[in-house]
Amino acid sequence: MHDKPILQVRNLKKQYGPGCADCADPANRIIEKNHCPKCQTVYACRNISFDLHEGEILGIVGESGSGKSTLMKCLYFDEAVTDGKAFIRSYQGGQTNIFEESSQQHRFIRNYILGMVYQNPILGLKMDFSSVGNIAEKLIAAGDRRVKRMEERSKELLEHVHIPIARMKDEPKKFSGGMQQRVQIAKALSNNPPILFLDEVTTGLDLSVQASVLDLIKRIQRELGISMLVVSHDLAVIRMLANRTIVMLNGEIIEQGLTDQILEDPQHAYTQQLVYSLI
Amino acid sequence: MSRLLEVKDLSKSFIIHHLTKKMTAIETINFSLEEGEFIGIVGKSGSGKSTVLKSIYRTYLPEKGSILYNSEKFGLVDLAKLSEREVLYLRQHEIGYVSQFLNVMPRTTARELVEQAVIEMGRPKDEARQAAEDALTHFELDPELWDSYPNTFSGGQKLRLNISCAIVKKPRLLLLDEPTASLDDASKLRVREIIERLKIGGTTLIGIFHDLEFMDGLCDKVYDLQKKIVV
Ligand SMILES: Nc1ncnc2c1ncn2[C@@H]1O[C@H](COP(=O)(O)OP(=O)(O)OP(=O)(O)O)[C@@H](O)[C@H]1O
Ligand SMILES: Nc1ncnc2c1ncn2[C@@H]1O[C@H](COP(=O)(O)OP(=O)(O)O)[C@@H](O)[C@H]1O
Ligand SMILES: [Mg+2]
Ligand SMILES: [Mg+2]
Ligand SMILES: [Zn+2]
Repeated sequence: MHDKPILQVRNLKKQYGPGCADCADPANRIIEKNHCPKCQTVYACRNISFDLHEGEILGIVGESGSGKSTLMKCLYFDEAVTDGKAFIRSYQGGQTNIFEESSQQHRFIRNYILGMVYQNPILGLKMDFSSVGNIAEKLIAAGDRRVKRMEERSKELLEHVHIPIARMKDEPKKFSGGMQQRVQIAKALSNNPPILFLDEVTTGLDLSVQASVLDLIKRIQRELGISMLVVSHDLAVIRMLANRTIVMLNGEIIEQGLTDQILEDPQHAYTQQLVYSLI
Repeated sequence: MSRLLEVKDLSKSFIIHHLTKKMTAIETINFSLEEGEFIGIVGKSGSGKSTVLKSIYRTYLPEKGSILYNSEKFGLVDLAKLSEREVLYLRQHEIGYVSQFLNVMPRTTARELVEQAVIEMGRPKDEARQAAEDALTHFELDPELWDSYPNTFSGGQKLRLNISCAIVKKPRLLLLDEPTASLDDASKLRVREIIERLKIGGTTLIGIFHDLEFMDGLCDKVYDLQKKIVV
């Protein structure tokens, strides 16, 4: 058991807007849910702190707009954080706040340490490149130049996520939602990242396709030992995948615990509402 | 013999926010367990039997009191306050939980479920395969079912699979929450045999069975939740 977390996030904050006298002070903020009615500033993530451990799947649940995707985008450097720190064990011994690194270093971390599967496949894939090409693009970003090798690796990954060989050269725009998500997963895995972010990967898919994607995620955890942050508003998905779970509401973590404890003995009124509406 | 578990003044209540209600499930429970012992817990429906087991397994957050457990890995720990990571480790390696319900993964066969239980402990795949086959054979799940999906299984078959998943990890402490509920008499008898074998193998057990006859001669002692005494 490695004691040091593979990823540590401390007091991550993300706001959209400048803030005003009514909302600038976190201690005496007059806001509705996550936004200030006066200046319209949105406090999408407020003081988010958690640890992700080696080989673990950490679930994040919360209603629409609670800040889940914003959190993931901040961690993947798609969005700049307003404030906060994060440390990656395998990056400079976990001593450096990755948010303060240069954009060049951010690219390095994205290319070698992180994988991302977006809620919206358009953000993660070039819809009119071939699937093999999409994966090759990520391999090139990670410094690979051997065309033959890249093609082999792409095919191997697509096979791993059960994309039929005959369709590997097809563009993702010709694929179903479930297939697009599986291509995204293959792409995210291509650089063997120790950390993978998955944002609502099964949302909008029909049940049997959902099952195959969930199955794939479990298999990746089991066979490759990758640590994952899995966002979903669907507690059934979280129950199947996550060892521990974080509950978010209005940009804040309101509760975290063992997944079965969150589901069977929820402490916070909102979590109770979420769980009871499931039964 | 040495002490494996000591439950001290354990209390648990649930706060149901939307009803602005606090309900006490168990209050100041005390009992202890030596290595290799089997304790039965009795009490009428709603008396808090499952709450005791789930508090030990940490599915419920214990509210007051302590649950001292002598871990192979961590030494003497209080399960009521142990970190989530350590609880997960203990679930993986030392403490098992079996109920009548089965937590199925989609598209996972019975065999794979048992194998995964071993792989999760960090064991190699071929060892997991052998251990899974041994467990399924031992608990007499019809080999024709090994490669099918458990959501179609009968209550007794699910139970045998559940027990296989728990036992394949060779837990030191096994929690049994009415595993025989909804089984016919013949299946109950087989569960009894399984438990007897576990006892011989040295597993420490805490069990809830709603018919007392079933416990007869099986338990070393019985804790009565209403009287709050070991009888
Ligand atoms: N670029 C942006 N500009 C302004 N506000 C934004 C921006 N991106 C997100 N937000 C706001 O931040 C909050 C959090 O949005 P986010 O997308 O993280 O929610 P989510 O939890 O992922 O929701 P869902 O479950 O619907 O995907 C919302 O109030 C949203 O409107
Ligand atoms: N997760 C829970 N949330 C709220 N109340 C609960 C929960 N689990 C048990 N209780 C309540 O605690 C009491 C004891 O329940 P339980 O431990 O399941 O009893 P038993 O197993 O003896 O039938 C009951 O009143 C039950 O309604
Ligand atoms: Mg989102
Ligand atoms: Mg019960
Ligand atoms: Zn404002």
